[in-house]
Amino acid sequence: MTDSLPAGGPPTSDPQSMEPALPSPSIPSAGAEAPERRIGLAELFFGFASAGLSGFGGVMPFARRMIVEERRWMTEREFTEVLSLGQFLPGPNIANVSVMIGARYQGALGSVVALAGLMLPPFAICIALGALYARYGHVPAVEHLFAGITAAASGLLLGTAGKLARPLVKRPAGVLFLALAFIGIVVLRWHMILVLLALAPFSTAAYWPRARGPRAGAPKADASKAGGP
Amino acid sequence: MSEAHTLVSLALLYAHLSLIAVGGGIAVLPEMQRQVVELHGWMTSAEFAELFALAQAAPGPNILVVTLIGWNVAGFLGALVATVAMTAPSALLTYGVAYVWDRFRHKPWRIALQAGLAPITVGLILAGGYFVTRAAVHSVPAYAICAATFAIVFFTRIHPLWMFALAGALGLMNLV
Repeated sequence: MTDSLPAGGPPTSDPQSMEPALPSPSIPSAGAEAPERRIGLAELFFGFASAGLSGFGGVMPFARRMIVEERRWMTEREFTEVLSLGQFLPGPNIANVSVMIGARYQGALGSVVALAGLMLPPFAICIALGALYARYGHVPAVEHLFAGITAAASGLLLGTAGKLARPLVKRPAGVLFLALAFIGIVVLRWHMILVLLALAPFSTAAYWPRARGPRAGAPKADASKAGGP
Repeated sequence: MSEAHTLVSLALLYAHLSLIAVGGGIAVLPEMQRQVVELHGWMTSAEFAELFALAQAAPGPNILVVTLIGWNVAGFLGALVATVAMTAPSALLTYGVAYVWDRFRHKPWRIALQAGLAPITVGLILAGGYFVTRAAVHSVPAYAICAATFAIVFFTRIHPLWMFALAGALGLMNLV
């Protein structure tokens, strides 16, 4: 087993960990097994609760920090593996990650507890904010505040998309399928599942030859720090 | 439409989005907007963009935008139903598939599929960004804030929440 625990390194600077929804085919089989640590239900709950509550603008970076650096439940490599699968499967990525990590240490109950820890406290905050917003949302000052914030939120979303796109657009196939998906949704107004079904076979075929290579090198993400949804 | 009807619609909508959200919750944002705004007519696209912004500014997974939508459409129960429906189906799938899937880690088809889905996913996220921007950004200062936030996220490691604070302050001064 490769031990890639960052020995107390600075918390921010590992580019690997922040990879966006990309294949990480270069991961060798090491790290498939968890280090046999006992991680109890309470620890799972509070660990994910702390990550969820600090996750402003995206929980993933905070979850990685909590899991790999602070509590050392997993090595960087193990976490990247779990993350890559969580991104591949449908659903909120970070929720999928919590389910897999919970299952790894405490089975089905662990999954439920980890997911609850992740979702419940921010859910409560959201309800409170939603109530406040419903009540005061049309006060002029709040409307002005939100005119600013929504503009920033749009920029954040576009920036995240740009960051995720950066490693992909180095290949023509990446540009092509990114553009086609965008056109399918925005111009043609297709249902998303239709866009996926129409493009996925061709896109998979386009990446196929490369995937068969010995070191299956899909383009490596550079240090993009995506606020993982 | 009765309240029970609304709750069922919310549950069906989000359970369905949960299972097609390949690439994460934000990838279904355009589809979510299409359904919530155009098909169900629960809110305007500007309101949708505001709730999205509110969810981004709050701590927690970004997908909590569904909590806010549910809250606005059908109160607390709506929030609960939408959140559970968005999370539970994909969580169950993940639980069931994770270990089986892991065994195919090195198979070419899996690598190709995963690599092939990545650009489609990013195209979907970009489409979400397009819709939210179009709904929310109308004035020149708003475009400037949007562009500045984009640049900060794209080119730097500065936390975007600083831009939220700055943009909120500019808004409060009625400059946006």
